[in-house]
Amino acid sequence: MPTLSSATPITPELIAAHGITPQEYKHICEILGREPNITELGMFSVMWSEHCSYKNSKPILKLFSKMNSELPHQEHLLVKPGQENAGIVDIGDGLAVCFKIESHNHPSAVEPFQGAATGVGGILRDIFTMGARPILLMNSLRFGDLAQPISQHLFRGVVAGIAHYGNCMGIPTIGGDIYFDASYEGNPLVNAMALGIIKKNEIVRGAAHGIGNPVYYVGATTGRDGLGGAAFASRELTEESHEDRPAVQVGDPFMEKLLMEACLELLHTDALVGMQDMGAAGLTCAGCETASRASTGVEIDLAKVPLRETGMIPYEILLSESQERMLVIVKKGKEKEVERIFEKWDLHAVNIGEVTKGDKYRVLEAGKIAAEIPAKALADDGPIYVREEQKPAYLKDAQKLDLGIVKELKDFTAVLKKILSYPSIASKAWVWEQYDHMVRTDTVFYPGHDAALIRVKGTQKGIAVSTDCNSLYVYLDPFEGGKIAVAEAARNVVCSGAKPVGVTNCLNFGNPMKPEIFWQFHQAVAGMIESCKALEVPVTGGNVSFYNESPQGAIYPTPTIGMVGLLQNIEKRVPSAFQNQGDVIFLAGETFNEIGGSHYLMIEHGLKKGLPPRLDLKREQALQQFILAAADAKKLSSCHDLSEGGLALALAECCLKSTDDLGAEVGDLSEVREALRGLREDALYFGESQSRAVISVKLQYRDDVRKLAQKQGIALYEIGTVSGDALLMEDRVHLPVREMKRLFDTTIPNMMERSL
Amino acid sequence: MKAAVIVFPGSNCDTDCFHALRDVMKVPVEFVWHKERNFPKVDLVVIPGGFSYGDYLRTGAIARFSPVMDAVTKHAAGGRSVVGICNGFQILLEAGLLPGAMLRNKTLQFICKHTWIRTEENLTMFTGKMEPGEVLCVPIAHGEGNYYCDDDTLKSLHDHDQVVFRYCSETGEVGEAFNPNGSKDHIAGIVNAKKNVLGMMPHPERASEDLLGSSDGRKIWESLLNVLG
Repeated sequence: MPTLSSATPITPELIAAHGITPQEYKHICEILGREPNITELGMFSVMWSEHCSYKNSKPILKLFSKMNSELPHQEHLLVKPGQENAGIVDIGDGLAVCFKIESHNHPSAVEPFQGAATGVGGILRDIFTMGARPILLMNSLRFGDLAQPISQHLFRGVVAGIAHYGNCMGIPTIGGDIYFDASYEGNPLVNAMALGIIKKNEIVRGAAHGIGNPVYYVGATTGRDGLGGAAFASRELTEESHEDRPAVQVGDPFMEKLLMEACLELLHTDALVGMQDMGAAGLTCAGCETASRASTGVEIDLAKVPLRETGMIPYEILLSESQERMLVIVKKGKEKEVERIFEKWDLHAVNIGEVTKGDKYRVLEAGKIAAEIPAKALADDGPIYVREEQKPAYLKDAQKLDLGIVKELKDFTAVLKKILSYPSIASKAWVWEQYDHMVRTDTVFYPGHDAALIRVKGTQKGIAVSTDCNSLYVYLDPFEGGKIAVAEAARNVVCSGAKPVGVTNCLNFGNPMKPEIFWQFHQAVAGMIESCKALEVPVTGGNVSFYNESPQGAIYPTPTIGMVGLLQNIEKRVPSAFQNQGDVIFLAGETFNEIGGSHYLMIEHGLKKGLPPRLDLKREQALQQFILAAADAKKLSSCHDLSEGGLALALAECCLKSTDDLGAEVGDLSEVREALRGLREDALYFGESQSRAVISVKLQYRDDVRKLAQKQGIALYEIGTVSGDALLMEDRVHLPVREMKRLFDTTIPNMMERSL
Repeated sequence: MKAAVIVFPGSNCDTDCFHALRDVMKVPVEFVWHKERNFPKVDLVVIPGGFSYGDYLRTGAIARFSPVMDAVTKHAAGGRSVVGICNGFQILLEAGLLPGAMLRNKTLQFICKHTWIRTEENLTMFTGKMEPGEVLCVPIAHGEGNYYCDDDTLKSLHDHDQVVFRYCSETGEVGEAFNPNGSKDHIAGIVNAKKNVLGMMPHPERASEDLLGSSDGRKIWESLLNVLG
């Protein structure tokens, strides 16, 4: 793009360069009753980008709201999807949790450290903007094959960036999920989730109420960094994307820490009317959204905005995505109180305008109008497209799997060893030891558990969180994959004893203009809704990230789930790993001949094929009810869900994550084997049939647990005992726990050290 | 015993220390903002962990110029106790209240995990409740905890029984394999010559409740309570 000035004439080329179609431009002219100037064109281009307007996804996202409204219980959903910066769920005793997950994929692809760091910064602002104090971070990451130097570079940078920001903010990063797969080469996924806690009566809205109330700009100065980031995120990555590096913002977590403390301190005054962070589309978005939510107008004067560079034109100031900035609407007459707080924290707090009558977002520059746009039109009336869908051609071949050609195994121990040292499966301690996961002294279950768990000080409560998505399943069957993503995340939370209370999601897909991609998107969402409905968990919001494509093609469709669960009494928590020698081990749930889409098939046979396992939601519901009932009765020593790697890996993890290297003796699986005629041995050991968990219980609770399972109609097989210091499975698997630990623990450090 | 927790811009373990003292140990405690030149008469000053001033320039290098540090220095000069944890330790080094300096961790990465530390000196007000050589499980969380001093200083530290904690194995064995950050002589915590100022990288406030995985850190608070009442 040539150098812009405020006098740059609008040409068709310039319109196209802003990603605006001729029809959209016509619509803009109708809204304004005239042609826009260059500043206004820029504002429309960012607000109507996919990243801000969801123009290609809205018709599908509405299905989540529809599902929510049909749930039997919805009174605990205090802030619904799309209403505010993040959703809020009531957890009782006057408290609520505010949470959201968001992507920062494209910035991380070109500049992994800053891209990931500012992803964390952005999601945290979404939380404290609502008045909630962030208490935990999670992240869901996808990279290409870790053997590739470029994947190692991105992995190292992203992890360091997340650590840099989260650690400095003093908010623990307590878990997440990481997979490595060639489909993410050149387009890694960085999805960051944050959760905050808030008193129900202190929720802050991002609305500019009260004509005449002053509008404050607080926090960092505005520069040219991140110019047009929202538009950048709404394109495919190409060979030239690295030239977009100026579209990546630079984060300053120290500044954000001060900003967070100041904003939360402001809550306890009566000066605050509304608050909105300046993230994507910066001052443009914050101004028009706050006005639109309150059905008011907002007028600001750019001459008052603190700048870090000289010669910035209105276009640049309005589109800048400089980090750590907020817009605060203040009660008239309380200005001094607000200024005093920000002064204490050594932060800018500048009165840049006021709430006005009418519906316009008016931007002045040295007394002259630089832009004047109806706020609602800019914020909410962007175009909406119903995209074409088509079932992808690849599915027919990809779903075909002739079990006859998959040879039954001879050496089960060797396969288990291979799975244990596969990067997606192996220990991620190399990652989470770089994250401060203990600050705030609330973390009860550290990363590596099925779900991370924190206590809520001053109450008996615990909050369990899990992020998850098996994207190979979604690739092979988007509907079933979407279902499983929700169900598995819920199961993770349930395994810790917590009841799922809300879902946030980050929908990472390819280019929505391609009918096959849009079909995947629609199907996956429909699948997710199916599970949310059955498990009665509302969706509180989230984020869509399209255009995740590199020159090699689209990523696997990855609808990442952030599941939040509530544990009423933290004393009833259930760990994932074995706890005591002599405990009885049960397998809960049924095993089918399902090896399609499994990690076993991929790792051992080199096939990413077949139909992923089927999820029967009735069975899933029953399993979760059973686990919650058993946890509530304090009958469980441990509970771990079965996923990638199946029964053998689940047992291995229960052993190697135990504190005393506890082994397990699983002498006889014939009861499970006989439940399904013709069950393959590899399916029994490594298959990924859904709705299953490995639990261990004290001997004296054996019958109680059986009764509870019977009540829910759950198949429960007693398969062995916790004993010794090795995993023994029939005459097939014999692995000392220390050996498993070595494989599990050293895989990633070894790969990362070699690359230094 | 009365305590104060200093809050710098960027401190982030201030509320954790406050919680451990007030809610767990039932010690009267208050926050003191770094711009304060005087603070209320207290027996114990805690300089908490975090990223004071964003770690700009060098960890602790700017915080030591905060107005409150004059009062902290006076407090220490009066023989009253000071505990600096993590960034607090770094600030005490920068302020010259303890000898030595911090380098980046040998891995060049931030490390957060439980470590074992051995009580090398139990005749201080911070360690009186421990047996000689007692091993504690206390977590670390830092990017610059690689303690460094010259050989003369190290000798002097040992000669005057100022090395209080060293990283070790679960059974108390000291060695490279158990040193998480490359600290000279595996040092995890030291006191000043008067033995009223303690700096340590591990976080006792994170190990003060069983629910969090370890309560070994309580022994430090209990030792102080024992002496200060």
